Amino acid sequence: MRFPRAARPVPPPPAAPGAVLAEAEGLRVRLGADEVLRGVDVTARAGEVLALVGPNGAGKSTLLGALAADLRAAEGVVRIHGRPAPQWSAPELALRRAVLPQSATLSFPFTVEEVVRMGRAPWAGASREDDDVAVAEAMAATEVTGFASRPFSALSGGERARVAFARVLAQRAPVLLLDEPTAALDLRHQELVLRVCRARAHAGDAVVVVLHDLGLAAAYAHRVAILCAGRVAAEGPPAEVFTGELLSEVYRQSVEVFPHPRTGAVLVSPERGAVTAERDA
Amino acid sequence: MTVAKDADAVAVGTPARRAQPPERENPERENPVHEKAVHEKAVREKAVREKTRGSAWLLTVGLVVALLVLVPVAAGLGAYPIPTGDVLSSVTHRVGLGGSALGRVPESVLWNVRFPRIVLALLIGASLGCAGALMQGVFGNPLAEPGVIGVSSGAAVGAVASLALGLNFLGTWTVPAVAFVTGLATALLVYAMSRSGGRTEVVTLILTGIAVNAFTGALIGLFLFFADTAAVSQITFWQLGSLAQATWPKVLAVLPCAAVGLALAPLYARRLDLLALGERPARHLGVDVERLRIVLVLVIALLTAAAVSVSGIIAFVGLVVPHLLRMVAGPGHRFLIPGSTLGGAVVLLAADLAARTVAQPAELPLGVLTALLGSPFFFWLLRRTRRRQGGWA
Repeated sequence: MRFPRAARPVPPPPAAPGAVLAEAEGLRVRLGADEVLRGVDVTARAGEVLALVGPNGAGKSTLLGALAADLRAAEGVVRIHGRPAPQWSAPELALRRAVLPQSATLSFPFTVEEVVRMGRAPWAGASREDDDVAVAEAMAATEVTGFASRPFSALSGGERARVAFARVLAQRAPVLLLDEPTAALDLRHQELVLRVCRARAHAGDAVVVVLHDLGLAAAYAHRVAILCAGRVAAEGPPAEVFTGELLSEVYRQSVEVFPHPRTGAVLVSPERGAVTAERDA
Repeated sequence: MTVAKDADAVAVGTPARRAQPPERENPERENPVHEKAVHEKAVREKAVREKTRGSAWLLTVGLVVALLVLVPVAAGLGAYPIPTGDVLSSVTHRVGLGGSALGRVPESVLWNVRFPRIVLALLIGASLGCAGALMQGVFGNPLAEPGVIGVSSGAAVGAVASLALGLNFLGTWTVPAVAFVTGLATALLVYAMSRSGGRTEVVTLILTGIAVNAFTGALIGLFLFFADTAAVSQITFWQLGSLAQATWPKVLAVLPCAAVGLALAPLYARRLDLLALGERPARHLGVDVERLRIVLVLVIALLTAAAVSVSGIIAFVGLVVPHLLRMVAGPGHRFLIPGSTLGGAVVLLAADLAARTVAQPAELPLGVLTALLGSPFFFWLLRRTRRRQGGWA
C-alpha cells in the first residue's frame, strides 16, 4: 500500500558541459571547537574530475561532507545545482548527488546485489527494467557482478569498497562525491575506479574525489585542489599545480615531480635517495 | 563551453594511459559483447532474487497455514476439551455460515475464555515480533529487542504504577496509555544513550539495557512496596507474564495501540533497508533519517506498551522470531516486518497453548516459558555475534 505523496521529486535536467553542479564559496566549517575549513572555494563542473588532495587532517573529507550537504556551513555557502544545500530536501538531494563514504558498513547480511540496488532508492518512479539495467551496469563497471549473490559481510575490504562504489554509480546522480574510493583497492582496481570516474565525467557528470595517491590524481583528474590546514593551497590542472616545491611544503616531506621517462606524464614521488642508498650500501 | 575538453587534454597528459583503446574508457556503453554479458548477468541475478523471494512466499504461506491450524486446535485444547470439529461449527454458526451452537458450557468456555485469550495471544505476539524487527532495524543491531534493552520494563513501570496507584482516568485504556508513555520515554533514553557516531555498538546497547533494567526494576520494587496486598498479588502475577486473565475488554484495551503500530510498521520497510547502510548513506539516498527514527521509536513504544500492559514482560519473542526469519529469507524488511508480525503471533499462540496444557491442570506462566526457551537462543546469538566481530572491541 502506498499513500499518494505531495509531489515526487523530479530528477534534474541534464547539465551542459562545464556547468557548475556543486560549489563551495568562502566555506568555513566547524567540528566541535575546531575550525576545520577556513574559507574554501571550490567548484565541481559537469564533465570534470576534481581531485581533493592534501595531508591528513587538511579537511578533505570535511569539504566533501559539506559538498554532500552532511555538514552545515558556519560561514559561506555550499550550492548544489545552483541552490544553497540546506534548501534541498533529502529526496531531492538524492537525485542530484551520490556519496561514497570512506568506509562501507552494513548492519545486516544483505547480498551484494541488494546493496547495489539500494542505490536505486531515490528513483521511486523508475521502471523495474531501468533499475535492473542501472544495477547491472554499475556492478559490471566495478567488477562485482561475480559475487552478486554473496552476502556483503562475507567480502574482503577491497571488494566491499567496490560494491559501495557500485551502489553510488547505480544512483545515477550527476554529482559524484567519493571519499578515498581507492584506499582499500589493489593496483588494477584503483585504475579501474578512476577510469570509471573519467567515464562518468565524459558522460557529463561532475566527479569530486578525495585521493591520497598523487600519481593517480595527476593521471586522472582534470583539476586538483590541494588542501592544507583548512585552506586551498593551490587549484588547477595537475600539470600546473603539482610542483616539487609546493608539494614538499604542503606535505612537510620533500617530494620530487618529474616527467615519465617514456610518456612525459607527471610523476610524483617522495625523495627517498638516502634510504635506498643506505639499504644498498 | 570547452572546459571539459581542455581539462581532458591536460589530465590525460599520460599517453601510457591514454594509449588504451577508446572503448576501455566507457565499457558499458560502447562494447556490444560487454552489453550482452551485462544483460545475461541481469537475468541471472533476477533468478537469484526470485529464489529468495520464493522462500519468503513459502514462509508466509507456511505461517498462515500454521495460524489457521493452530487457532482451532488451541481453542479446543485445555482443561475442558472441545473437539476441533465443534469449535469450527460454533465459529461458522456465529458468523452465520451454517454450523450449530454448542451447549451452554462449551459455548461459554469457547467464547468467553478461549477466544479472548487466543486473540490476545495473537495481538501480543504480533506486536512483539513486529517491535523486535523494527527495533533491530532502527538500531542496526540484531541484538536489539524491547525486553533485552529495557523498553519492556520501562513500559512495565508505567503499568505497575497505574495498577499500584489504582489509576483509572482513561478507563480500561489507563494501563496501556501509561505503559506507552513510560515505554516511549525509556525507548528514547536507550536510543540516546547507546548511540555514538551514528552507530550502536553491541556492548553499549547491552550495557544500557542492564542499566535501564536495573533502574526500572528498582522503580517496580518501589511501587510494590507502596502497593496494598491485593495490588501486590495482581502485580506479581502480571510480572511473570501471563494471558490467563484474558477477557474481551482486555483485548479492546490493547487493540488501538497494537493496530496503529502494526498498520504503520510496514510503511517504513524500504527505508529501514537503507538505514542498514548507516545514517549518512541512508540520508544520501533520500531518507529523512531524523523523522524516520522518531516515528519508528513511537511505533515501537506503542507495540511494546500494547504487549506489556496486559501480559507483563514476555521476553525473547521479538528477538528470536525476526532472527530466524532473517536467516531463511534474508534481511529485507519488506518481508521481515510482516513476516515477524505473523511469526510472532504463531509463536506466542503456540507458547501460550503449551503454557496452559503442558503442566495440566496447573498453568505455567507464559513469560517464564518464553524466557526458558529464548535465553539459550540469546546465548548462541551472543557467541555468534562475538565470533563475527572478533571480540567486543
